[in-house]
Amino acid sequence: MPTRNYDDHVIRLFLMAAAVWGVVGMSIGVLAAAQLAWPALNFDIPWLTFSRIRANHTFGVIFAFGGSALMGTCYYIVQRTGHVRLAFGKLAMFTFWGWQVACFLAMLTMPFGITQAKEYAEPEWFIDLLVAVVWVSFAVVFFGTLARRRIRHIYVANWYYGALIIAVALLHIVNNLALPVSLFKSYPVYSGAVDAMVQWWYGHNAVAFFLTAGFLGMMYYFVPRQAQQPLWSYRFSIVNFWALISVYMWAGSHHLLYTALPDWVQSVGMVFSLVLLMPSVGSAANGLMTFNGSWHKLRTDPAAKFMVMALVFYAASTFEGSMMAIKSVNSLTHYTDWTVAHVHSGAIGWVAMITIGSLYAMAPRALDRPAVHSTSAMNLHFWLHTAGLLIYVSSMWAAGVTQGLMWRATNADGSLKYDFLSSLIATQPYYLLRFLGGLLVLSGMVVMAWNLWHTAAQARAGVIKPILIPPPEDIPEPAPDQFPPPLPEKV
Amino acid sequence: MGSYKHWEKLEKNAGLLAVLIAIVVSFGGLAEIVPLFNDAQTVKPLPGVKPYDALRLAGRDIYVREGCYLCHSQMIRTLAFETQRYGEKSMAGEFVYDRPFQWGSKRTGPDLARVGGKYSDEWQRAHLLAPRSVVPRSNMPGYPWLAETQVDADSLRARMLTLRTLGDPYTDAEIVGSADAVLDKTELDALVAYLQGLGVRAQP
Repeated sequence: MPTRNYDDHVIRLFLMAAAVWGVVGMSIGVLAAAQLAWPALNFDIPWLTFSRIRANHTFGVIFAFGGSALMGTCYYIVQRTGHVRLAFGKLAMFTFWGWQVACFLAMLTMPFGITQAKEYAEPEWFIDLLVAVVWVSFAVVFFGTLARRRIRHIYVANWYYGALIIAVALLHIVNNLALPVSLFKSYPVYSGAVDAMVQWWYGHNAVAFFLTAGFLGMMYYFVPRQAQQPLWSYRFSIVNFWALISVYMWAGSHHLLYTALPDWVQSVGMVFSLVLLMPSVGSAANGLMTFNGSWHKLRTDPAAKFMVMALVFYAASTFEGSMMAIKSVNSLTHYTDWTVAHVHSGAIGWVAMITIGSLYAMAPRALDRPAVHSTSAMNLHFWLHTAGLLIYVSSMWAAGVTQGLMWRATNADGSLKYDFLSSLIATQPYYLLRFLGGLLVLSGMVVMAWNLWHTAAQARAGVIKPILIPPPEDIPEPAPDQFPPPLPEKV
Repeated sequence: MGSYKHWEKLEKNAGLLAVLIAIVVSFGGLAEIVPLFNDAQTVKPLPGVKPYDALRLAGRDIYVREGCYLCHSQMIRTLAFETQRYGEKSMAGEFVYDRPFQWGSKRTGPDLARVGGKYSDEWQRAHLLAPRSVVPRSNMPGYPWLAETQVDADSLRARMLTLRTLGDPYTDAEIVGSADAVLDKTELDALVAYLQGLGVRAQP
């Protein structure tokens, strides 16, 4: 007789890990932002210096925070949409501890200069190997659970998680191919322009599959769940899925416009980036339209508020991204703080807000509680986060436009109008504002960690009941456009 | 609903779905990366571009270790205002010995692709140790520990051997002589040597 309840323990662990890593990763981000405004805060200490810890911020928020949230929600969704217990429970626990150890090792080594110096792929080869092993185990657990599902139709959220798993495995392995010199130093097998292309094929698609596809999977489950409505258009989600995953992989070279990369590759990247507008805006629209008929929930449900704001910022930042991939626009924005504004409107606006909304939606259900500990704390978090986001992004936009315009300004005789330092000095007030925005976002995360900790009080005391899988006779096969399928009685 | 049948088959078969995803995501990389391996423009060094000598290689690895690329690009784009500010546009053939590449993605400080020879060694040393001693409004961190650390000569030999395995044409003499080349040199010496060589090509 197979176990009749869902395997939620590993999900609860990932939930808590995400909250902790969120606070850690964003704290480092706030420190880095402060160092750009007040360089004395580097303290001349090697492992506290901006250039050493910047990767700790990006790795911490993307892979430790985002990764833990993705794996936790993935395990939650694949069980609920298939009405089946997680396959290979012990392997799933290994993916939790393996991922935490890999993140911890990465965070511990990078401040000491142990780095491959490839953006978003900084950890050295021995950590990459561990990540690869954990990732393959993640794939085995996920596809194993899918294979055992009792609902024949695979709900669209799972496709996105599947694409995340397959594409990230490919990207991680190809980009990190390196020959070790010692435990702490390796050289990539690619060099120069080829290395640049491989890196940005990786870098852009880390955004595409880790920060977009995975979180769209989260969105496609938790938005209909929170709106208590079926997806606005199931067929539209199919079209957007295939368009998104096939087009994204071509767009990486838009990070290298006007560089020494061959022209044809640059142009291909630009064209595909523009095509990407359609599936991106389509996915955002599908999520937002799902709230039709449920907009009143925004008055009472902070999780829904986070989700709606996330979708708005998803649409905005992907539109912005396609515009920035146009060569003439890119000549102004590239290398400036506009890039920083763009990634943070995507990261704080889309990724963090859909994650926070989903965590607030999932936490009571996975912890067997009627609701999150404090609704007013969730509301406080929403406003701290939104205010911080707007201050952060608008200050970096202003900084980026200032830099871009000053770098290209010429006098009547054709000579350059400003030296480089003038553009830095003009930017410094914005660095202060950005620090303030980041601080607000971080305080919101602290509020969330506190709230989740209290929501988990009974789980920590070990007094919650396992959540039962509905018996087979109660499960009608839902038509694909009739989602959410029947819920277990209790929630 | 007739045309929907095809999709339905796919949506009820996890294996088929996974295989199709894997196929679809492979095209972009195959089309954009693989041709570059055989493109002479990207993999052939320009005349006068040689593998980094022992001291500059040590300096480059320090540049990479400290994360300089996070604020400084090494890529002069094909734009008039870039070449006016930083010099001749960068060419792919200048970077074939760069592992990893250091083109960067953000300029909090200026581009360094052709910074070699623009400032004196003394200026570079003072600037690296305490940037605001020479540029009062700079927000660059100081790197005082570089002056207190000797270049690791032992590992340098292993590094050059690894690079040779990867295809960089180091001679036996260069590898054997690497320890002598960095004798009594600090990490600061090595980094300054690397910076002073950036964008400077031997005349063919």
